[in-house]
Amino acid sequence: MASQRKICMDYSAGKPVDQRVIEEMLPYLNLRFGNPSSLHALGQEAKQGLEKSREKVASLINAEKSETIIFTSGATESNNLAIKGIANRNKSHGTKILTSSIEHMSVVNPCKLMIRNGFQVVFLPVDSSGLLDLEKLKAELDDQTTLVSIVCANSEIGTIQPIKEISKIVHEKKIYLHVDATSAAGQIPIDVQDENIDLLTMSSNDMYGPKGVGALYIKSGTSIEPTTQGGGQERGLRSGTENMPGIVGFGEAAEISKLEMTNESRRLTTLRNDLIKGLIDPIPNSYLNGHPTQRLPDNVSVRYSYIEGESILLSLDILGVYASSGSACAAKTLQPSHVLLALGLQPEDAHGSLMLTLGKESTQHDVDYLKSIVPSIVNRLREMSPLTPKELKK
Amino acid sequence: MYSEKVMEHFKNPQNMGEIPNADGVGTVGNPTCGDLMTMYIKVKDDHIEDVKFKTYGCGAAIATSSMTTELAKGKTLDEAMKITRASVADSLGGLPAVKMHCSNLAADALHAAIDDYKQKEKCKGEVGK
Repeated sequence: MASQRKICMDYSAGKPVDQRVIEEMLPYLNLRFGNPSSLHALGQEAKQGLEKSREKVASLINAEKSETIIFTSGATESNNLAIKGIANRNKSHGTKILTSSIEHMSVVNPCKLMIRNGFQVVFLPVDSSGLLDLEKLKAELDDQTTLVSIVCANSEIGTIQPIKEISKIVHEKKIYLHVDATSAAGQIPIDVQDENIDLLTMSSNDMYGPKGVGALYIKSGTSIEPTTQGGGQERGLRSGTENMPGIVGFGEAAEISKLEMTNESRRLTTLRNDLIKGLIDPIPNSYLNGHPTQRLPDNVSVRYSYIEGESILLSLDILGVYASSGSACAAKTLQPSHVLLALGLQPEDAHGSLMLTLGKESTQHDVDYLKSIVPSIVNRLREMSPLTPKELKK
Repeated sequence: MYSEKVMEHFKNPQNMGEIPNADGVGTVGNPTCGDLMTMYIKVKDDHIEDVKFKTYGCGAAIATSSMTTELAKGKTLDEAMKITRASVADSLGGLPAVKMHCSNLAADALHAAIDDYKQKEKCKGEVGK
C-alpha cells in the first residue's frame, strides 16, 4: 500500500515549531549559552535576548511595560502562579475565588488545592454554548472575593468569553481578574490595557513556539506572591535560570503571531466554517459543541448521537487523521470531559464528541478529505450500535 | 495503544448484527459509562449454532465483542460459559490495563444471553408439564 498522507487535526494538543522560530533559538543552545544573571559580556548578550523576547511577548497583548511579562515553564505554571500567588498574598482581604466550570485542569486543580487550604471556590455555570453566566458572576462577587479566573477561550469547545464585559463587572469591586488565554493568545487579538486584565496566561507552543515555555502577564502594581523560591529571577516571581532557547523562541513566535494573526484567523475561520458544515449537515443527529460564532478560528467540536468518540478517533487514525474526543473512553480518567458536561450534555452525549483543531498546515484539501470520510465512519459505527434507532439505519 | 489483533477486529468485526428470532439475548453495560453490548445466540442441540453482537463503545468494546462471538461459535453452552473476560483479552493479544474492566464486557453479555436461553427453556418445560 502506498504510504498515506497524515493529516493532523489535533493542533491544540501540540503544534510544530515554526522554522523561523527554530532559527532564532539555535544560537542560544550553544553560541550564546550565557546566563542572563552574569555581569560579563556573555551573560549580557543572553540578557539582551531575554529582554528583547519580553518586549515581543508584551507587544502581542499590548502590555503597558515589558516588565509585566514573567516567563514560566508553560501555561500550567502560569495558571498556578496566578491563582495561588494572588489568593495567598491577598487572603487578609478575603478567601473567595470565582472561576468557571469550563476551565483547564491547570486552573481546576490549583483551585481545588485552595479549597483544601481553606478558601472558598465557586465554579460558575455557563450556558449551553459555553458562555459564562454573567448574572451569576455578579451575584457571587462579594467582599470576600479577591480573584476571578476565567478562560478566554476553552480549547475543547472554542467558545470565546466576553472578557471586556466580565472585566467591567469584576472591577466594579477591587478584585483581580486572571484570564487564561492559552488557546486564544496569538489567535485572536488581546489588549490587556483596553480589556483591563490584571493577569493573563500565555503558552509558547500554542503560537508555534517551543513547548516548555509560557508567560504570565502581571499588571504593574499587582500584589502577588511567588510560588517558587530561589535566586530571584523574573522579578523574584519565578526563580530559576531562564530557559533561554525557549524564551527566545517564544518571543519570535509571539512576534510572528502578531504580524500574521489577521490573515491566518480569516483563513482558518473559512476552513472551520466549511468543516463544521460538512460534519453536521449530511449527518442526522449531529450537533455543534460551543458557540457558532463567538468561537476560536481553529476549533471544530461536534458530537454524534448513538456512537462513542474513541471509536471515531480510531477509525480516523486508520485513515491517517489525528483527532481528539471528550469521551471518557479516550481519557485516562475514564470520565467524560467536565467541559462538555458543563454545557448541560448527558454523559452519553459527551461520549460521542469529536474535536478537531486546525493549524497553519491545514488546507482546504484536508477539510474536504474529512468531509468525505466522517459520514461513513459515523454510519458504520451506528450500524454496530444497539442504541441507533431503526429509522436511522439503511 | 491497541494490539494488531484488536485493530484487526475493530476494522473487520466478525458476526456484527442481530439475530431476529434469537433463542437468547443478553445485554450488559450502560451508555452513561460509554459501553453497551447486546449478544444474540441461536442454539441447536445444546451448541451455539449462531451468535451476533451489537456494540456501542470504544475500540476495545467492539474488538472484544467480535472476538467473543468467534470464540463462542460452535461451542456447547457449557464450553461457552467458560469463556471469560481474561480469555477474550488473551485471544486479542492483550488489552490496555485501563480497558480491562470497563470495555471488556462481551463475555458477560454472552453469559447473559445463555442464561436468557436457559430461562426460556425452563419456562417452556414448565408449560409442557
